[in-house]
Amino acid sequence: MSLKEKLQSSYLAFEDHLQADSPLHDVRNEAMKCFEAKGFPSKKEEAWKYTSLNALLKKEYSIFPKNENAIEFKDVKEYFLNDIDTYKVVFIDGIYSSFLSQITHDVIDVCLMSSALNKSKYSSIIETYFNKAANSDSLTSLNTAFAKEGAYIRIAKHKEAQKPIEIINFATGTEAATMLQPRNLIIVEENAHVQIIERHQSLNKNEVLTNSVTEIFLEKRANVDYYKIQNDTQNASLIDSTFINQERESICSVHTFSFGGKMTRNNLNFKQLGERCDSILNGVTIIEDKQHVDHNTLVHHIAENCESHQDYKGVFDDSATGVFNGKVYVEKEAQKLDAFQKNNNILISDKATINAKPQLEIFADDVKCSHGCTIGQLDEDALFYLRSRGIATKEARALLMYAFANTVLESVKIPELKGRINKLIANKIGVNLGFDL
Amino acid sequence: MLQIKDVYASVEGKDILKGISLTVNAGEVHAIMGPNGAGKSTLASIIAGKEEFELTKGEITINDEDITELGAEERAHKGVFLSFQYPVEIPGVSVTNFIKTAINENRKAKGLEDMPASEMLKKIKEKADLLEIDRKFLSRSLNVGFSGGEKKRNEIFQMAMLEPKLAILDETDSGLDIDALKVVANGVNKLKNKDNAVIIITHYQRLLDYIVPDFVHVIMDGKIVKSGTKQLAYELEEKGYDWIKEELV
Ligand SMILES: Nc1ncnc2c1ncn2[C@@H]1O[C@H](COP(=O)(O)OP(=O)(O)O)[C@@H](O)[C@H]1O
Ligand SMILES: [Mg+2]
Repeated sequence: MSLKEKLQSSYLAFEDHLQADSPLHDVRNEAMKCFEAKGFPSKKEEAWKYTSLNALLKKEYSIFPKNENAIEFKDVKEYFLNDIDTYKVVFIDGIYSSFLSQITHDVIDVCLMSSALNKSKYSSIIETYFNKAANSDSLTSLNTAFAKEGAYIRIAKHKEAQKPIEIINFATGTEAATMLQPRNLIIVEENAHVQIIERHQSLNKNEVLTNSVTEIFLEKRANVDYYKIQNDTQNASLIDSTFINQERESICSVHTFSFGGKMTRNNLNFKQLGERCDSILNGVTIIEDKQHVDHNTLVHHIAENCESHQDYKGVFDDSATGVFNGKVYVEKEAQKLDAFQKNNNILISDKATINAKPQLEIFADDVKCSHGCTIGQLDEDALFYLRSRGIATKEARALLMYAFANTVLESVKIPELKGRINKLIANKIGVNLGFDL
Repeated sequence: MLQIKDVYASVEGKDILKGISLTVNAGEVHAIMGPNGAGKSTLASIIAGKEEFELTKGEITINDEDITELGAEERAHKGVFLSFQYPVEIPGVSVTNFIKTAINENRKAKGLEDMPASEMLKKIKEKADLLEIDRKFLSRSLNVGFSGGEKKRNEIFQMAMLEPKLAILDETDSGLDIDALKVVANGVNKLKNKDNAVIIITHYQRLLDYIVPDFVHVIMDGKIVKSGTKQLAYELEEKGYDWIKEELV
């Protein structure tokens, strides 16, 4: 049985459990139909030209984990930001872990998607927001059909989340192969602020395929800083689709740090619906072996006087492969736009590859759009300069890599998180520089 | 201290140094002059260990130890320092972080612990003051957006921090106005002692008024064609290089 067939039959059983009168019933059925019609994406599709799911789809995934698995805090402590207090929404194999979480309903809602989907007091919110930012590509549709659990966050008007929120999805790997489909919904109302850190972490070497979807709504003047830490094990793959709708004067930044995992596909979609929005998309990718990271970004400019800034850095060693497919789409109403896109790559090994494809589609005439893409090696002259001062080759290379990534790192607004990311990079390149850049 | 014996070097199959011999003893200052393209920077690079240049013949020793097989960092650990003619810009690394890393990497190579932070700060302050470098300057990205003069001053600041045994200053005077030249020369003179040596590569005798050389050598077409004392620098300033060429034929 193919994965698609397996999902189809699982869906029937899954849908049976849900109340038929649930308003979501139609949404799910519609989404499942959409997935059935489109199937998994193949390399024939332009957007998937450089990323193949074929090998991943051949595994025998368990769609719903059979057992609830407990994990001890000490075993996963390293994946949390321990030096500061945070809200935590933690899932183990897709199931909420109250033990590891710290949620709240006090002034702000940091809780569960399952509550939001099932409790009547949330029904109008679900009706207003659920699946309203997401698009209907096959993988997102598949997630929508199976949407059951994830984080639900709502920051009310003029409120600020006092602590960052960590959303962590652990996979225990108790089964040979697990498929997970978390679904997050984040609503940030007028002038409200929140910082969120999202992480998917597999705890052993078994296969995990995560098809995650997050919808984020920013109302007028809302402010969101979102950080994705992708540093998973060698058999963990992630398809991460994030859909962001921005109303006027809102500011949203998404940082994606991709340091590990077998295959990682990031679909990051911004829609600027109101005037004077600012969207910031930053990424640092440092991978090796046969790892693959694909950044597929879309910024859809619809309103006037907006800005978008993209800065993606990639360092690829061994046979690692990277893709950067960045699209800026400017409607004719989106005048006085300032859109900027930068993608710089370093290939450490001659077997590493990067496919970079910036796309600008502009229908407005009074706009400032720029994009730049570079692919190169570490600068030999810079390396010699550092070595001539007594800095050993390995450290000199590390210093140059840090320096390269630094424009993105320095925009991380949570100092402890920045420190953590510095450490992750240091571990990856096996060098501790003894200072944070 | 430094002995260069009949060195030939090439880059991309092109011969640049064609039999250079030079001995520099501790306590000495040597000046190397010569027209553009003569091979002065190449000589500096080959002493510092730039791998792009291939040593096709000859030997380079420091305190009787052959260094030709050593990497640039190992030569630095032995006390070689090159002030670059064209210092490289490194965005994202501040001057301070760079020099801290360099100091501690040199200490690590000698089996020493990192320099305590307070001592480091004190030393940075002292050397920055010596070279009249503004504090704000130290937190900027290395050489990025620096003027020609700032780059050179920063090179000598690094030299002051690292206290090398053999310093090679490649056209450190170019891009400096007279005041900056005096500051830099004063810095070099303060660092100079009987146990270290300096090689100054320059076009003009201007710098040599402030850092007085014991010997002056002229390189043309990859060879040292004339050696003398400071007097030779004045002659070159006055008459150019053509008379040496004529003397040669
Ligand atoms: N990396 C290089 N590749 C090719 N030719 C070079 C390179 N570096 C220097 N050269 C050549 O070697 C010669 C000597 O250069 P250089 O040592 O920089 O001279 P100087 O410092 O005396 O002006 C010049 O002809 C120059 O063009
Ligand atoms: Mg030169």
